[in-house]
Amino acid sequence: MAGVRTPQEKWTNRVAIVAVFVAVAIMLTPIYWIAATSFKPRNLATTIPPTVVFQPTVSPFVKLFTKRSQLRDQPSAEEYAAAPWWEQMVFDGGEKVVRNGKTGEVRSSGYGDRFTNSLIISIVSTILAVSMGTLTAYGFSRFKVKGEDDWLFFILSTRMLPPVVVAIPMFLMYRVVGLNDTHLGLIILYTAFNLSFSVWIMKGFIDEIPREYEEAALVDGYTRMQAFFKVVLPEALTGMAATAVFCFITAWNEYAFALIMTNRNAQTAPPYIPSQVGSGLPDWTVIASGTLLFLIPVAIFTFLLRNHLLRGMSFGAIRK
Amino acid sequence: MASQVMTNLDPKSRAAAKGLSDLTIRNLFIIPTIAFLIIFNIFPLLYSLAYSFTDFRASTNAPAQFVGLQNYRELLSDPFIWKNFSITAKYVLISVAGQVIVGFGLAMLLNRSIPAKGLITTLLLLPMMLSMAVVGLFWKLLYDPNFGIINYIFGLDKFEWLADPDMALYAIAIVDIWMWAPFVMLLSLAGLSAVPKHLYEAAEIDRASGFYTFFRITLPLVAPILMIAIIFRTMEAFKTFDLAYVLSSQPTTELIAIRLYKMAFQEWQTGMSSALAYIVLIMVVAITNIYVKYLNKVKAR
Repeated sequence: MAGVRTPQEKWTNRVAIVAVFVAVAIMLTPIYWIAATSFKPRNLATTIPPTVVFQPTVSPFVKLFTKRSQLRDQPSAEEYAAAPWWEQMVFDGGEKVVRNGKTGEVRSSGYGDRFTNSLIISIVSTILAVSMGTLTAYGFSRFKVKGEDDWLFFILSTRMLPPVVVAIPMFLMYRVVGLNDTHLGLIILYTAFNLSFSVWIMKGFIDEIPREYEEAALVDGYTRMQAFFKVVLPEALTGMAATAVFCFITAWNEYAFALIMTNRNAQTAPPYIPSQVGSGLPDWTVIASGTLLFLIPVAIFTFLLRNHLLRGMSFGAIRK
Repeated sequence: MASQVMTNLDPKSRAAAKGLSDLTIRNLFIIPTIAFLIIFNIFPLLYSLAYSFTDFRASTNAPAQFVGLQNYRELLSDPFIWKNFSITAKYVLISVAGQVIVGFGLAMLLNRSIPAKGLITTLLLLPMMLSMAVVGLFWKLLYDPNFGIINYIFGLDKFEWLADPDMALYAIAIVDIWMWAPFVMLLSLAGLSAVPKHLYEAAEIDRASGFYTFFRITLPLVAPILMIAIIFRTMEAFKTFDLAYVLSSQPTTELIAIRLYKMAFQEWQTGMSSALAYIVLIMVVAITNIYVKYLNKVKAR
């Protein structure tokens, strides 16, 4: 907008700045509250008035990763002293960490495995979707394809379906071929899901790389493949990174398919965390710590690639 | 245009003769993706189309009986299904309108020189990067009538957000607005920054009111991209499942996607739910088409 000149404009600008800060505060309060709750002792999570100042503890994180049970009898002084600090913390919260009767090993909750599953499935499907998408986008961008617009629309249309609609036949198909509750099953699904986006975003990026680069390489005696890998691909890297963020976020956060297609072996964190609420009084500190850990990869990604997000998100709608 | 330049290269030159031909490379790059999408999108759809004409139940091993259009007839005459659709329509309307107002408002505020603009924009984007199911669950705590901070901050005492059947749908829509207003904001910002500055300068010289400038310059020029945001958000809101599913189990918040999930994976009415899936699919396609037509109209202006 035009620069600030009159006193009246100065004043409206100040009001706008205050309004923006208020909006940011409102938008971020829930996220702040998740973070704060995940460092609270359990009894402070549900107080009225809400506890804002408190002694932070990592006991929710300890509880998140371990299997635990309600403490029936207070541990003896020796037992308490012999326990490591993190176990004492759980004792303090009125619970105890469950150990394997014979070996004495600490039993883990499902969260660690679910988190690992989320990581494996999201990363692999992102790599697949971005690499396939980049090749296809290059194919559409540089060569003549009969009915190109129709193909591109078809590719995008695969994204329009409500997941639950596709889930019914996929569930039946997967049951027949034995892909239910496997990592591969979800990887394939998420790749298929993200591929359409990936092709569209990458086509926008590749269209902007001048063709002269490859032509020069071809004249220099490169084969078309070499020209693609040595000239075009390095230019397309920022676009691929932006696309990767989108694919990762979608796969990382996906809930419906994970809920339907997995139950133990390949379950990811999104269906797992809500399943911990159960019918009794949920331990919100543990849920908050699980949620906070789950947010971290996405928050990092968002921050690192904030400058590419806009172009990727509006794929083709905005020309520079 | 592209291939024109390419074919201008002498096809028999040494460079072009080496390695794979362009045609091979094109097929190598495109066909796997198309095949993959057909296998994992089109094929399942045909599969469920076939099932939608049967009384198949995936929980039993009984062979599927062909029942013709009976599933469709039953669904379309079921008042409860129409109730699900009207809940969904209401939900879409509330949440998309809310997102447009909040998102566009934020974009208008941000579209000036503001300190730490980049950081603020990034922070505002955080909600939409999160998992709807996981964050939605946490909103349950925020909404809690006994110890939620929302009631505390707004002094609402024991107000029941999620247990009140009339309020629950709004409560879910509020979370959806919180998550997705940033998306509308992002696209609006892009649209606003593309409005040529000289138009504003001209308006200023003409002493046009802020009101006039907004409705005659800003809004029309941002309309196409705002429309794209609305299309995306409408489609997504129509498909909403996770957020509503983790937040509430009220009959008044049973969106069509939830009904579909229950029918398919709790009641195991596979044939019937396939038919409902098709009805939903046709609706999504129809709505998208209407929108795209309207978008083209807006663009043409």
